[in-house]
Amino acid sequence: MTAIEFILNGRPVHVDTDSTKPLLSVLREDLGLRGSRFGCGLEQCGACMVLIDGEPAYSCARAIEMLAGRTVITVEGLSRDGALHPLQQAFLEEQAGQCGYCVSGILISAAALLERTAKPSRAEVAAALDRHLCRCGVHNRIIRAVQRAGAVMAARK
Amino acid sequence: MTNALPQSLIDNPRLDQWIAFAEGGRVRLATGKVEIGQGVLTALAQIAGDELDVAVERFVLVSGETPASPAEGFTSGSNSIAVSGAAIRLVCAEVRELFLRHVAEQLACALGDLTIADGRFRRGGRDTGDDYWSLCHAVDLARPATGSAVIKQPSDYSLVAHSLPRLDLPAKITGAAFIHDIAPDDVLHARMLRRPWRGARLVALDETAVRRAAGAPIDVLREGDLVAFTADQEIAVMRASAAARAAAVWDGGAPPPADAGDTDWLMRQPARDRVVDTGSGEGAAGNRVVEATYSRRFLTYGSIGPSCALAEFRDGALKVWTHSQGVFALRQWLARTLDLPPERISVFHRQGAGCYGHNSADDAAFDAAFVATRVAGRTVRVQWTREDEFTAAPLGAAMAVKLRAVLDADMRPADWTIEIWSPVHAQRPGMNGTANLLGAEALRRAAPPPERIDDVPDAAGGGATRNAQALYDLPHHRLVHHLLADVPVRTSSLRGLGAYANVFAIESFMDELAELAGEDPVAYRLSLLSDPRARRVIETAAEMASRADATRAGRAQGLGFARYKNRAAYMAAMAEVEVNEEVRLTRVWAAVDAGLVINPDGAANQIEGGIIQAASWALKEQVRFADGQVAATTWNGYPILRFSEVPEIDIRFIAAPHEAPLGLGEAAIGPTAAAIGNAVARALGVRLRDLPLTRDRIMMTLLREDGPVTGRSP
Repeated sequence: MTAIEFILNGRPVHVDTDSTKPLLSVLREDLGLRGSRFGCGLEQCGACMVLIDGEPAYSCARAIEMLAGRTVITVEGLSRDGALHPLQQAFLEEQAGQCGYCVSGILISAAALLERTAKPSRAEVAAALDRHLCRCGVHNRIIRAVQRAGAVMAARK
Repeated sequence: MTNALPQSLIDNPRLDQWIAFAEGGRVRLATGKVEIGQGVLTALAQIAGDELDVAVERFVLVSGETPASPAEGFTSGSNSIAVSGAAIRLVCAEVRELFLRHVAEQLACALGDLTIADGRFRRGGRDTGDDYWSLCHAVDLARPATGSAVIKQPSDYSLVAHSLPRLDLPAKITGAAFIHDIAPDDVLHARMLRRPWRGARLVALDETAVRRAAGAPIDVLREGDLVAFTADQEIAVMRASAAARAAAVWDGGAPPPADAGDTDWLMRQPARDRVVDTGSGEGAAGNRVVEATYSRRFLTYGSIGPSCALAEFRDGALKVWTHSQGVFALRQWLARTLDLPPERISVFHRQGAGCYGHNSADDAAFDAAFVATRVAGRTVRVQWTREDEFTAAPLGAAMAVKLRAVLDADMRPADWTIEIWSPVHAQRPGMNGTANLLGAEALRRAAPPPERIDDVPDAAGGGATRNAQALYDLPHHRLVHHLLADVPVRTSSLRGLGAYANVFAIESFMDELAELAGEDPVAYRLSLLSDPRARRVIETAAEMASRADATRAGRAQGLGFARYKNRAAYMAAMAEVEVNEEVRLTRVWAAVDAGLVINPDGAANQIEGGIIQAASWALKEQVRFADGQVAATTWNGYPILRFSEVPEIDIRFIAAPHEAPLGLGEAAIGPTAAAIGNAVARALGVRLRDLPLTRDRIMMTLLREDGPVTGRSP
């Protein structure tokens, strides 16, 4: 067992755990944050995406020991004080989901995209989300939702 | 007037099996149908809300729970709205009428004086002080439905035919909402070791190596050829199961060969044959004969979330949580395979990742139930690995489809034959009298395989024969069905079943015939189509696409049409592709007639999703075999359509509010694949008849350049 400290959704956390355990397992099992999803465990589908120091990163195969001192944001950290993130609001408005299993990871990559590019084109959104697999075929709705959220966030600035 | 009772209501006749008025102004709405990502619970609540006159927010859905839900078979075949929706509509209309009669009697007024506003009874527009909840003890719902109540007219709908947001979506975009996220305090994690192929026997397992890899204490549970690893920490069993694949030695059984699924392989398999003739007449001697053979390969479901289940065995009673499509059949076959009385088993549906057919959900439920009965007192949680999803889940069946037409003097088919080679498309729990549960088959005392395997009967929509009968006006139609009952691949229902290959083949063939006749494919089809709803969707899709610029080099459009199962929704798709060495699908236009549409946005979402999934299958997907197993064990080996590859999509629904709702969840699969095939043929100038339409296939076909086989009838 190893003691690891990092910043999770804005708060410092301390876990005593197997240092080689993947971040996703620590989030779901040790810390009870189950919004990040297990899809493949091989960094190939994107269901487990989180922000590490602001950049989208797979959490399913990254050992927790690599996270010491880093900043992690999960889907639970997108909403603030109970209010939905503009992306989540836009996903509801566009009904951008069928089964919803891939969505939490996609929200993470989309949030990073909108930090960089306020009003992304369809091609820019598609490129930013290309690592994510969606099997229900909700891609077009998701792209529209990201663009809608971008417009809302840009208008607020 | 009495409405004919849908099957769900014949099987579950009591009103209180469906509706109960609960505390806090809630309405308990029970259904045997389950949410698999298609939005069915929202649509059913809309139907119930309209007939009862209560707000949709008041409903508490009880879905797919054996102790509490009506038994409605499987959630499959695009049947839920047509069957469960019809039952709920009649039940709620009758409940409403029973309450209104009671109030009218109490107030000694005419029924016509009464209305209901969000569950409150009003007389002449004034609140009576009573509502469903205050009177629920006075009106007995423990009585059979008669189907005699007056149902609402489309003009009275305030929920149906409106795009209500999905009830389940908010939870899914903010945090834990899936069966995977259920985490009881006493959880015991389990992973299974899967046999590499059916019939394989476990000769040796290096348990030392497995325990070493686990990194924490695990238990190994082995019975026959079934092995489970259990531990308090999930990571330990994840590591154990990954190591176990290399630590196990197997022998015997029937590994599939590397060419399994190829057309030649399919045509070589032992078959049970059946011929069905419709109509009469044959083409006259000397007429032109056209033949072509099309095919699809095995496909995998590819849910993004692997299957998961939980089970608990306490005091001789088993509880199972699952994302199965059929909790009642699952309960029955868990009982048989685990030697428990069915009344001691409760099965509860909990939502999983998208389900596009019979995936491994039932298998995972057996796994969890099996381990739970061996480790009584703990809640056992099993999750499948991605590798097992690829190699051990059921596959959608490969098919070869040969079409033959004898043309009359006007180049119209006078005689038409469709010949199909295919394994069966349904092996769910209970079908063919067997459990069809992977774990149960690995127990040494497992029941022997059935002597005879059947496919879905034509009357139920068919399996391999789904949409085999073209909807066109054909004087004589012959279906030849070669049922391949003994293949070393576990096949079952994948979205659309046989419709994917049959519609691709029929609609490709129609384009080939139109080309031989020197006619426009739309006009050629319309000359053979008397069903006005079918004509309308084709004309609409063609009109929608006609405004696009199709002049760019290498760009072309193609049409595909079908009425799903020849009795559900109609859909015509126009696809636009650009072909260089690879196919790029740029646009799809779709026209759909689904009768009364309960939730237009939800319906559009299903059609869009069906288009994208069909495009993924048609352009990229095929399961290949190597060393007796599915060759691809990860997404890298089985690519699916990505964000940068999805087409823009336009959908138009034909307004038909007075027609019965028609199932549409699977309606897009066949027409989309066919439209892509026809667009690619037009762009290339040569036809690809084998799905998927990959770069390799394009190169091979360009080198071969074969047209349909034509000749003269003797």
